[in-house]
Amino acid sequence: MNKVKKLKKGRLNSALFSLNPEFFLLLFIYLFCIVTYMSSLYFDEVPAILVRGIQPATFPKGLIILIAFLNSILTYLYFTKKIVSNTILPTLFYKTIFAFFVFVLISHFVDLFLALIFFSFLISYWWGEKNIILILSLSIVFPLLVFVLFETVLGLRFPAGILTNLYYN
Amino acid sequence: MTENFLYMLAPIMSSKIFLILLLGTLFGLILGILPGLGPTTGAALVLPFTMTLEPLSAIILLTSIYCAGTYGGAITAILINTPGTPAAAATCFDGYPLAQKGEAARALGMATFASAFGGIFSVIVLIFFAPILANIAYEFGQPEYFALAIFGLTMLASIGEGSPVKNLLAGTFGILLSTVGKDIMTSVDRFTFGVGQLTEGIGFIPVVVGLFAISEMLVQSTLTNQIFKRVAMKAVKLPTKEDFKYCFKTILRSSGIGTFIGILPAEGGTVASLIGYAEAKRWSQNPSKFGKGAIDGIAGAETANNAATGGAMVPTLALGIPGSATTAVILTGMIIHGLRPGPDLFKEQPEFLYGIFGAMFFANILFFIMGFFGAKLFARITLIPSRLLWPMIFVLSVCGTYSLNQSFSDVLLMMIFGVIGFVLRKFNFSVVPIIIGLILGQLVELTLRQSLVIFDGNYMLFFTRPIVVTFFVLSIIALSFPYLKKIKKK
Repeated sequence: MNKVKKLKKGRLNSALFSLNPEFFLLLFIYLFCIVTYMSSLYFDEVPAILVRGIQPATFPKGLIILIAFLNSILTYLYFTKKIVSNTILPTLFYKTIFAFFVFVLISHFVDLFLALIFFSFLISYWWGEKNIILILSLSIVFPLLVFVLFETVLGLRFPAGILTNLYYN
Repeated sequence: MTENFLYMLAPIMSSKIFLILLLGTLFGLILGILPGLGPTTGAALVLPFTMTLEPLSAIILLTSIYCAGTYGGAITAILINTPGTPAAAATCFDGYPLAQKGEAARALGMATFASAFGGIFSVIVLIFFAPILANIAYEFGQPEYFALAIFGLTMLASIGEGSPVKNLLAGTFGILLSTVGKDIMTSVDRFTFGVGQLTEGIGFIPVVVGLFAISEMLVQSTLTNQIFKRVAMKAVKLPTKEDFKYCFKTILRSSGIGTFIGILPAEGGTVASLIGYAEAKRWSQNPSKFGKGAIDGIAGAETANNAATGGAMVPTLALGIPGSATTAVILTGMIIHGLRPGPDLFKEQPEFLYGIFGAMFFANILFFIMGFFGAKLFARITLIPSRLLWPMIFVLSVCGTYSLNQSFSDVLLMMIFGVIGFVLRKFNFSVVPIIIGLILGQLVELTLRQSLVIFDGNYMLFFTRPIVVTFFVLSIIALSFPYLKKIKKK
């Protein structure tokens, strides 16, 4: 019994003071519930005569309460069961996330096609491919193929940008 | 009846449709073999391309990817001990040990035969059972559909990946996502936060591609140091007479199990293969061989996961309730093409439905031929390094997601859901319930509100309808099933 108490106390301490990611996920879900519930309070109300069964906010509110309830069960399980979570992520993961940001910035401000080329190159290189010629050719040829395929088969028009404009003009 | 049979032959009578079927099977096989990808991601990536096709061709492309992709996972499971798809996880238990003993060809031969048999068996069940279920569904009103959707969602508790509570939480999150945008009944904006693009709601494709492809890419970024050892193989061998005799009962049993599990809403090939494997072990003459290279272990798992494909199409086509994550994508494909699955579809467009049945039947035969003659060649696909493969998948994901609405905000949404999916998977949440929740969400809310209009706001009237009560009871059983299983184990 004492051991269990010690374990629980230990979990509590580790949860609160050692920045356990799983604990923060649970906290984040609570925060998500609070934010979404608060925003659901600002949904327009429909006059009684037009209400189709329930007010537009009622259903989402019910779902948010259900999420909070299920999260409280997970919180209980977190404190009572020994959950081993391996959350140490390698540098490569953060580099990939960084590449995502770079992709978004380039595609938004410069050119989508260029962003795809740059992203493909960056990821292949960071993930371990050292043959620069191979990476370069693949990073250019594959997005180009997909671009042409989508443009001709689907009749898709890609957003304007430095390279895309060259193609369209 | 003869007419329906002729409709089923459509996929091989038209050269164009047959080519699509062939391409879909080939593409599905390749996707199934590549670890991390699979039929769900594959179908989601291909979905934008289907816009240029006629509805029948489009859905045939998606269903052939589904059938072949489910089998393809076995090749990777047997040769490199990594399931190409989650549904092939149980195949690793005996497939790889058998391959290590120098019997990779025998293991692959059994997997190929068992998969095709299970798939064809389930298509036959689909042909006979789906119209019956659709007829029953004629009796359904809004309250019954609401109860059915709730049943489908509670089934998420037992889908096998992640804990039941986590699955339910993810499913509820999926339903909540479906409420974003203009309320369908009153046009009131919900959770749009003033962002114009959100008034149309959250698109299904950005979420699916994000949760499956992008989150998998992030998972792969944490595994790049992993080195796979591929077992060499000369050629696939058909099961010998002895193997066939020894495994036939297992194959037959797993066909039934897989099809039944597939029919249950939200359950898919993963659960089917695990149960198929467990039952094969329970009834085996040599249960001690399991885990060390039992040929009936491979047969049990592989038959069941492919049998689940036809089974999962039953509720998808007859009721509009997805039987698995991939059928949720197929359902979206049908909606995009202006088709609403359900009983009316059986009456109004039998040529379409029987065309799909025929395509699934022939897809199973095609992947059997491709697997038998080309497994050695396909196995080489596993050698494609992830450092070259995943940038290509990313390019396809971005262009595919962008193409549906020609909107960059969809691409952003896809990436956000990629990160969300990664975080959830890191903490042992399954992302499948989010997809099922998202696709069922609108149905749940709409039918609930319409039911309340019928009942004049009195919730108790739900309990006066026998079908509703039956589904509610089934929902309670589905919710308590994982715990009953635990109690039984103790």
